[in-house]
Amino acid sequence: MSYASHLRCRECGRRYPLEPVHVCEFCFGSLEVSYDYQALGRNISRQRIEKGPLTVWRYSDLLPADREQAVDIGAGFTPLLRAQNLAEALGLRRLYIKNDCANPTWSFKDRVVTVAATKAREFGFDTLACASTGNLANAVAAHTARAGMKALVFIPADLEQGKVVGSAVYGPTLVAVKGSYDDANRLCSELADRYPWAFVNINIRPYYAEGSKTLAYEVVEQLGWQAPDHCIVPMASGCLLTKVWKGIKELAWLGLVDWAHTRMSGAQAEGCSPIVDAWERKSLNIRPVHPNTIAKSLAIGNPADGYYALKALADSGGSAVAVSDDEVVEGIKLLAETEGIFAETAGGVVIAGLRRLVAQGRIDPNELVVAFITGAGLKTQEAVLDRLVPRLVIEPHLASFEEAIAEHREAVAAARQTNRGESHG
Amino acid sequence: MAKQRVKFTFPTELIKEPTIWRLCKQFELVTNIRRADVTEDRGWVILELEGEMGEIERGIQWVIDQGVRVDPVAGDIVEG
Repeated sequence: MSYASHLRCRECGRRYPLEPVHVCEFCFGSLEVSYDYQALGRNISRQRIEKGPLTVWRYSDLLPADREQAVDIGAGFTPLLRAQNLAEALGLRRLYIKNDCANPTWSFKDRVVTVAATKAREFGFDTLACASTGNLANAVAAHTARAGMKALVFIPADLEQGKVVGSAVYGPTLVAVKGSYDDANRLCSELADRYPWAFVNINIRPYYAEGSKTLAYEVVEQLGWQAPDHCIVPMASGCLLTKVWKGIKELAWLGLVDWAHTRMSGAQAEGCSPIVDAWERKSLNIRPVHPNTIAKSLAIGNPADGYYALKALADSGGSAVAVSDDEVVEGIKLLAETEGIFAETAGGVVIAGLRRLVAQGRIDPNELVVAFITGAGLKTQEAVLDRLVPRLVIEPHLASFEEAIAEHREAVAAARQTNRGESHG
Repeated sequence: MAKQRVKFTFPTELIKEPTIWRLCKQFELVTNIRRADVTEDRGWVILELEGEMGEIERGIQWVIDQGVRVDPVAGDIVEG
C-alpha cells in the first residue's frame, strides 16, 4: 500500500490533498509528495521489500500510487554491475554502474511514467500527455498502450525520423509542433491548463517525479542494504538528482540503512549547463540558457528543479561538472569498450564527468561510487557514428585477411601508444 | 478572462527598467506577483497575468521583445 499522505509546497510549506495539482496556489512553488513516515516506519522492512516483484513496484510503500492497480510493463530492478575495468581506467577502486538501459523502453523514464500512468488512471484521466524529444515520449506511449488509455505526445517538428519510431510504434497521437523549443514549451503549458489530460510532467509531476527515487532504493538494496559513498547522476531538470538523494535519505530515516553519508554529484554537457554554471558561481540562481549539445536528453535550458539540485549537491557535499561534446563521445566509447554497455549521450556525460571529478580529486579513489546510466545508446547512434573504427574490408582469401589484420593491429598499437603519451603528458 | 502563470528572467541591462509597469500600461492586463528575487545585476519574477487570452499572448511577446526571458512557472516542459 501507499503511505502518501499529502502534497506539500517546496517553497512555503502549505499542504494540499493528493490531487492532480503541481503548483502552490499562493506562491506558485512546486508541490512534492509527503508520506506518513511514522506509519511507514512501523510497517516497512527489508524482508517486506525483498518479497515484492522485481520491478519498481517492490517499493510501492514508498511510492504515491497503488501496486495492485499499477500500469506495469516491468520498469525497474535493472542491473547494478561492478565495473572493474572502467574503475581501473579512471583510477577508482570500487565503481558500480546502475544500468537503466535495461528498462522496457530502454531508459529510466519508464520508472517515472509507470507511476504517473498509474496515478493518472487512479484520478480517472483517460488521456496521458507529454512533450518530449525521445525517452519520455517512448515511455509514455508504451505505458499508455498497456493501460488502454489515450496518448498525446508532442514532439518538435524537426525531430529525426529514427526518434519518432520508438514512440509511434505504440500507436499514440503524435503531434509535431512547428517553431522553436521555447514555443513548444509555452504551448504545452497552455494546453495543460486548458484540456483535461494527465500531462505527466505538469499536473501529474509531483507523482511522476517520485518514480525516480526507486533508482536509489535499488542501488542500496543491490549493494546489500548499504548506501554508496558517492553517486554521479546526469542533470537535465535536476529532478533525478534530487529524487535519488531523497530516496537515500528516506531509507536512512526508516532505518533500512545505516545513516547515509552519500555525496551527490551531477554532470551536464557544456552546451547546456545552467546548473553547473550556478554551482561554479556559488549561486542558487539559475540563469536559463538555450541548449546546444549532442546530449539532447539533457537539453533543458530552464531546469525546473535546478535550485533544489544545487541544494542537494551542497547539502550532501557533492560537486557539479560540465563536459564538452567530444568528451561525451569519448565517455560513451570508454563505457562500451571497458564494460560492454552502450549508453546514450547522457551516459557519456556521466562517464566523462566522472573522469573529470576523479582527475580533479573531487572524488576520492577509495569511495564506493555509483554512476547512473539512464538510457541506451541505440537511441542516439548518430552521436558516435562518425567516430567508430572502420571495419576491415578484405578479399575472400587468407592472405588478404592476414595482411589486413596485421595492419590493423599495428594501427591499434600505435593509437594506444599515442593515448598513453597524452595521458602521461 | 484567462490567467497565465509565468516566470520573467531579467538580464542585467533591464534591471533598472520598469518592464512590468509598462506591460500593465500598454496592455489590458492585471499582473499579480507571487515570488521574486532581484539584485543589482539580475532578477526573476514569478507572476500571474490576467486578461483576454489574445492580450496575454501579445503582452508576453512584447516582454520577450524587450529582451526578457519568459518561461512557464513549472520550468521546461519538453523533456528528453
